[in-house]
Amino acid sequence: MAIHSGTAPQPLQERAEDPAKAYHTPKRGVKWFAGKEWLLFLLFIFPNFFFLFMFTYWPLWENVKLSLQQTDLLAFSGTPKYVGMENYEWLFGNRTFRYVVQNTVIFIVSCVGLTLIFGLSIALLLNERLKLRNGVRALVFAPYLLSGAAIGIVWAYIFDPRFGLLAQILDWFSIPSPHWLDRPAWALPAIIIVYVWKNLGFAVVIFLAGLQGIPKDLYDAAKVDGAGPWWRFKSVTLPMLSPISFFLMVTSVLATFQAFDIQQVMTAGGPAYATTTLVYYVYEQSFGQGANFGRAAAAAIILFLSMLVITAIQMFYTEKKVHYDG
Amino acid sequence: MDRLNAHQKATVGHAFGYVGLLLVTLVIGLPLFWMLSGSLKNLQEIYTFPPEWIPRNPKWSNFREAWESMPFARFYVNSLIITFFGASAQLFCGVLCAYAFAFLHFPAKNWLFLGVLAALMVPPEVVILPNFLFFGNTVRDWFGLEDNWVNTYQAIVLPGAATAFGTFLMRQGFMALPKDVLDAAKVDGAGHLRTMFGIVLPMAKPIVITFAMISMVNKWNDYLWPLVITRTTEMRPITVGVRLLFDAEGNNNWGVIMAGTSFVILPLLVVYLLGQRYIIEGLTAGAMKG
Repeated sequence: MAIHSGTAPQPLQERAEDPAKAYHTPKRGVKWFAGKEWLLFLLFIFPNFFFLFMFTYWPLWENVKLSLQQTDLLAFSGTPKYVGMENYEWLFGNRTFRYVVQNTVIFIVSCVGLTLIFGLSIALLLNERLKLRNGVRALVFAPYLLSGAAIGIVWAYIFDPRFGLLAQILDWFSIPSPHWLDRPAWALPAIIIVYVWKNLGFAVVIFLAGLQGIPKDLYDAAKVDGAGPWWRFKSVTLPMLSPISFFLMVTSVLATFQAFDIQQVMTAGGPAYATTTLVYYVYEQSFGQGANFGRAAAAAIILFLSMLVITAIQMFYTEKKVHYDG
Repeated sequence: MDRLNAHQKATVGHAFGYVGLLLVTLVIGLPLFWMLSGSLKNLQEIYTFPPEWIPRNPKWSNFREAWESMPFARFYVNSLIITFFGASAQLFCGVLCAYAFAFLHFPAKNWLFLGVLAALMVPPEVVILPNFLFFGNTVRDWFGLEDNWVNTYQAIVLPGAATAFGTFLMRQGFMALPKDVLDAAKVDGAGHLRTMFGIVLPMAKPIVITFAMISMVNKWNDYLWPLVITRTTEMRPITVGVRLLFDAEGNNNWGVIMAGTSFVILPLLVVYLLGQRYIIEGLTAGAMKG
């Protein structure tokens, strides 16, 4: 630093004499900066980490604490009491909560199963050299981006048993329309239909990319071996698609766990809890009538742990696959 | 089938293919068509069975009626504010963080990156209650405020300001850039800010645009958190607002209700038509690498 004050012109003279040193001067600047690179790193990651900490990690911890406490209805002012695992025990012993868990499992399995089956079928179709296929791809993907709340309302009109679109279509086959959203037996299937309709496009687009990544010679080799279309599908397409199917399955399960807006708009969790899933239950217990913060927090932690287990399974299998390939 | 030659087989296959395309188009397209045709029906046309597919006298006043029965102008303003600030914050946080993880040296960087990715496992739904209590209570104590932040824009936007997905996606995109261009910048003595704005961002433009669009769409569609944290009609975003219209019109006046839902959906369709390529390709790229 001492050089800086009095002898500043000196390096300039050096530079004029020695071209090699002239090249080094800016590099020394880079080096000085490189010494501070950690500072820049921290500065750059700070905003993201700050908000992640404030509104994701810290509240998760707060949620764990809440789930071990009992709060009265005036939770804002009342003093919480530590009750250990009581909230969890209450939930698992509660018939409604078990019904909610059952709904969640049915909802997730049906939605993911149907999305994958239809998604793959449509992707196979769009992988053929047909005219207009790009237009159809764009159309199939569109609902994925549309607001779930708005879509739910549109489908409430479609399901209208007297004047809806579906009533008309069923009428062509002389089938009377069920009262979809008013009957416990029909409400969950109705929500599943809407959810699959809305999210199908994502699976289609991902499957299509996977199909286009399969090398052509594999099919040619199978053809030379005399494999028919079905056999080629079974022995080439399906195995080559398995990593991407697995990825899609896991991301779809995680996304389906979080589904909320469609139910909220169409059935508000009813009738008689028939469409209440875990997320909806957390919402009900947090902000609905008879809210109970402790139980809501416990249900949220159960939701979180379920998702964590599924992610862990994914990582385990992906790891296995990598080892297998290597 | 055995009697057909290869050419005929292909023709039959194509015919089935087009039937399939038509079926897919109908299944996906009809509900959207139903919304549009419904938004132009008068009550009489709604209450007829079999229904009218295309209303004979399109009733454009449904749109005016929907617009006037709820403060949709206000909903639009709210949604635009939330979308603009929410997506800008995510873009800011995501670009800086992705750049740092892609190009800057730091000890145990990979562990820190895991700290970002782990946030993907904590969906916003899990933490709505503590976040609500934070804006309802804690914020007041911390800053010694008169009032809490429930029913404010900052409370709607702040919890969604960070992004784990965006950091992952853009870091991936940044690291795929050709190394020699970046090295050349370094030799030229370009600082990191200049490298970022002059080289990295222009070159990685597609992936940044992809994320910006996904972020905008997500903010526009966001429902659960704004529903919980807003209290008055004037603060509701359009997704919650259309639900209020649905409640107010009471399951009957479908023409007006469908006009209201099209207020939510039409801006999204415009964004989609403009950026379809970016959105689909970006999501696909993220999935193939992930």
